[in-house]
Amino acid sequence: MSTIVVSAYRTPTLPMPRLIASAAQHRPAGLDEHERLYGPTPLRGRPRGRRAAKGLIDLVERSGLTGRGGAGFPTARKMRSVASRSGPAVVIANGAEGEPASVKDRLLLTRAPHLILDGIALAAYAVGANEAFLCVHAQEVDVLATLEDAVAERAGARLDAVPVQVTGIPGRYVSSEQSALVQYLNGGPGKPTFSPPRPHERGVNGRPTLVNNVETLAHLALIARYGDNWFRSVGLASAPGSTLVTVDGAVARPGVYEIAMGTPLGQVMLQAGGPSEPLQALLVGGYFGAWLPAETAWPVPMTHAGLKAAGGAMGAGIIVALPATSCALAETARVVSYLAEETAAQCGPCMFGLPALADALIDLAYEGGRGRAIDQIATLIPLIERRGACRHPDGATQLVVSALTAFAADARRHDRQGPCPGVRRAPLLPVPRDEDREWDWA
Amino acid sequence: MGLGMRYRLRVNPIACSGHGMCAELLPEIIEIDPWGFPILASPGVPPGLMGHAKRAVDACPTLALLMEEITDQAR
Repeated sequence: MSTIVVSAYRTPTLPMPRLIASAAQHRPAGLDEHERLYGPTPLRGRPRGRRAAKGLIDLVERSGLTGRGGAGFPTARKMRSVASRSGPAVVIANGAEGEPASVKDRLLLTRAPHLILDGIALAAYAVGANEAFLCVHAQEVDVLATLEDAVAERAGARLDAVPVQVTGIPGRYVSSEQSALVQYLNGGPGKPTFSPPRPHERGVNGRPTLVNNVETLAHLALIARYGDNWFRSVGLASAPGSTLVTVDGAVARPGVYEIAMGTPLGQVMLQAGGPSEPLQALLVGGYFGAWLPAETAWPVPMTHAGLKAAGGAMGAGIIVALPATSCALAETARVVSYLAEETAAQCGPCMFGLPALADALIDLAYEGGRGRAIDQIATLIPLIERRGACRHPDGATQLVVSALTAFAADARRHDRQGPCPGVRRAPLLPVPRDEDREWDWA
Repeated sequence: MGLGMRYRLRVNPIACSGHGMCAELLPEIIEIDPWGFPILASPGVPPGLMGHAKRAVDACPTLALLMEEITDQAR
């Protein structure tokens, strides 16, 4: 049992929502307010040596916490792989939310910065780090300012043993991939790198580096306070705890919701007020995710395993509801064009394959494929898949494969007879405006 | 991996700029995609092709073709 659980504040009844309990206030919770809500910061005072640090990782393992950034990797295993390396480690908190349809990290960063900073302090302690970075996109100046204030507040209270450097990273889609973060912090442009070495082997300044999503770290802050049983008291035995999801598109109340892991998609949709018009599909998992037809999506549980079994992906917990009168192929074509533009242009199959895939999809969606587009797309997919240094091209192909599966009849009609009336509907899936995007690499 | 294969090939796609030497020297395993980049039919190197594979690795102008020992972990 970890010694850092503060028993006086063990409040196993802290209700849902856990992480965004103070989010409705439309301002960041200050340190006092934060500690009143959740109890004192677990590491107040001095760290207690390696044995207690190992105890903390054991606690995380028992909690079953998995990464909330998209991959869903067990957090304790990641921590152990860094802690087992020799020499001081580095912690990177990843708050650079690359997915245009996701705003859950932004909400957490701007409402509960101290929960994330508690988590960074705990992670640094657990893996033996003496340096920590909290990364967000450089153009999000309001978030950067909020975080700088929170860090200064903690420095004033002499709260943390490890200094946290708030860092703005390039606003490119691929720059929030973990090897890209490491490369940027090492003075590079912020592009994904070839592995090995992986960050836990050789990361920032060649040191073992732990990269965690900010929501994952916020969960860590609560697990250290209230324990593993408390964490597991919501969610499934196989996928415990709560998770933040962003619901967007044709729903009555789009926004960020905190749900129990394993909540069926239909129930999440109801929490968001239900469909605002008849739906044809849900895009789940964001632009690395997949389309699920509305008629089969409802009972699918929001877990990595559950969504995978349904042919989807959980990603960072994004759900976009597509109206029946939209053209799913046009939506997919626009997103794949965006992903093609966001290539780091390092790997041939990504830099040439994604634009070719985007062109074929645009033909199919907007021009009609003259009976050839579907075959052309099917030929391109295996030439792109798993051939990049990072997973960027794979995300795009997964989305396309799911579109051609979920909307197979629609795709055949487009290919043979030309575009459907839905192509004229305003775009639904968000893509950053050109003027808000970064086009060059530093 | 097939029987008797102790080594496998891997492409560093960032280093690769599509010179195509590898496909010339090792057509049994490597073909070229429409943009000039190598596709490995299967990463494992049959013992009979080890000599050709080593030549292909050595010939790559950008050192992008790698031969790695197959460990249990990587299997």
